[in-house]
Amino acid sequence: MASTESQPIVIDEPDTSFAEMIRATGGPNIQSCFQCGTCSGSCPAGARTNYLVRLIIRKALLGLKEAVISAPELWYCTTCYTCQDRCPQEVNPTDVIKAIRNVAVAHGHMLMNHRKTAAKVVETGHAVPLDKESWQKLRASVGLEPVPPNASGNPWAIEEVRKITKVSGFEKLIGYEELMKAEAEKAKKKE
Amino acid sequence: MAKPKFFHFLGCIIPHRYPSIEKAAKLVFEDLGIELLDMVGATCCPAPGVFGSFDRVTWATISARNLTIAEEGGAPITTGCNGCFASLWDSAHELKEDEELRKRVNENLAEIGREFKGTVEVTHYVDVLVYTAGFDKIRKKIVRPLSGVRMALHPGCHWMRPRALKQKDDSERPRIFRELCETSGAEYVPYRDELICCGAGGAVRTADIKVSLDFTRQKFDSINKAGGADIIVTPCPFCELQLDLGQVEIQKHFGIEYQFDVLHVVELLALAFGHDPDEFGLKTHLQYMQRKSEPALDRLGLSA
Ligand code: SF4
Ligand code: SF4
Repeated sequence: MASTESQPIVIDEPDTSFAEMIRATGGPNIQSCFQCGTCSGSCPAGARTNYLVRLIIRKALLGLKEAVISAPELWYCTTCYTCQDRCPQEVNPTDVIKAIRNVAVAHGHMLMNHRKTAAKVVETGHAVPLDKESWQKLRASVGLEPVPPNASGNPWAIEEVRKITKVSGFEKLIGYEELMKAEAEKAKKKE
Repeated sequence: MAKPKFFHFLGCIIPHRYPSIEKAAKLVFEDLGIELLDMVGATCCPAPGVFGSFDRVTWATISARNLTIAEEGGAPITTGCNGCFASLWDSAHELKEDEELRKRVNENLAEIGREFKGTVEVTHYVDVLVYTAGFDKIRKKIVRPLSGVRMALHPGCHWMRPRALKQKDDSERPRIFRELCETSGAEYVPYRDELICCGAGGAVRTADIKVSLDFTRQKFDSINKAGGADIIVTPCPFCELQLDLGQVEIQKHFGIEYQFDVLHVVELLALAFGHDPDEFGLKTHLQYMQRKSEPALDRLGLSA
């Protein structure tokens, strides 16, 4: 899709395959959107960025897949569900955005920071891990055991997550091995 | 009557960054005669707006794995995090509604000898406090009402939204969280942007911290416009992190200084139940650790 915003995109016939993909990935009501704009009007992300949920939905329905999944603003939705609670057509715009993000990630559109967060769960069982001794000390200082009973102190639980993320294809999706290799090299250089 | 029991789902931020919330929850639930059971080997929920945005099936599988731990133990789950609540509640719901998803999730779970059966109930601390303990019992435990303390609320999003699905409260005019917080005796301060998101969710904090903090600033400005508040109370540790540590980050990125003490609702109740701030480590909030400051105890009516 050659998309400099100033050039109109010519659409003779909408390509419905993208909408089908979104419906299958968790946004089954996307086609009911009648473009009232209630979602964008309610949206705190749209109030401060170029993110426009109504526009994304319209573009998706027209089949403008590349333009939609490669746009950085797709990642400004905080999933606050305000639009979902107000949409008169039960489009479930928040779920639609999450589904579109799934398609984006499957097509390789994933921010480095997001890949790293995802990798933390594979590596430690937690997106925000107990990764420094100071966090253990913080726990001890409030009178708790330094390591909580979650995956932080239970390597078998992390093993289970590893098995899940392998079999579901998630490790591959986020490029886990490459990320780990890059991290290890970075650590070596520091030494 | 047998003591009500709940599996205590910790998640990541409570046990790893805001342990004072974990401690306060233990104190408050103990005071109310509710038992919290360790959920050994539980992982990240995993974060709904983050992992749900990356790959729905993997998100639902890791979440379902957590649910199976409680199913095996035969007790409902409670969590003090809106995000964890959303992941666990939503996945349990979606797995019951969507057969295709359930099939794929259980195929993944078979790999580790687990199966989602759909027998577990997922609750938030707010549900347990309001419906298991009840306002009457809570009011009886209030020995140090926070009279005169101006309290702004940040209910956050994922306990009550999406409204049609969760059926917890009217998300446009919520009252349950407010009623719960008002048992503490603090004075509710309404402000225009009470119901907007803190800005942290949906992987936005990780994607672009400045955009994320801009939401937070809007909330702070709105509170100040309403005459200011001594404390902001929330039922979520991720919101708490954004509102608490976020003040330090806003100062760094935008050069604007705000001074709010931010409390989780169980921290608020722990104080009102007569526990000293040091009993649960109020001063370990990351705002104070980084600013090398202290909670404004005088404003809370507790002399320093
Ligand atoms: S509120 Fe619903 S129907 Fe209206 S534009 Fe948004 S998604 Fe479409
Ligand atoms: S869920 Fe996303 S799109 Fe909807 S109002 Fe909130 S930030 Fe905007």
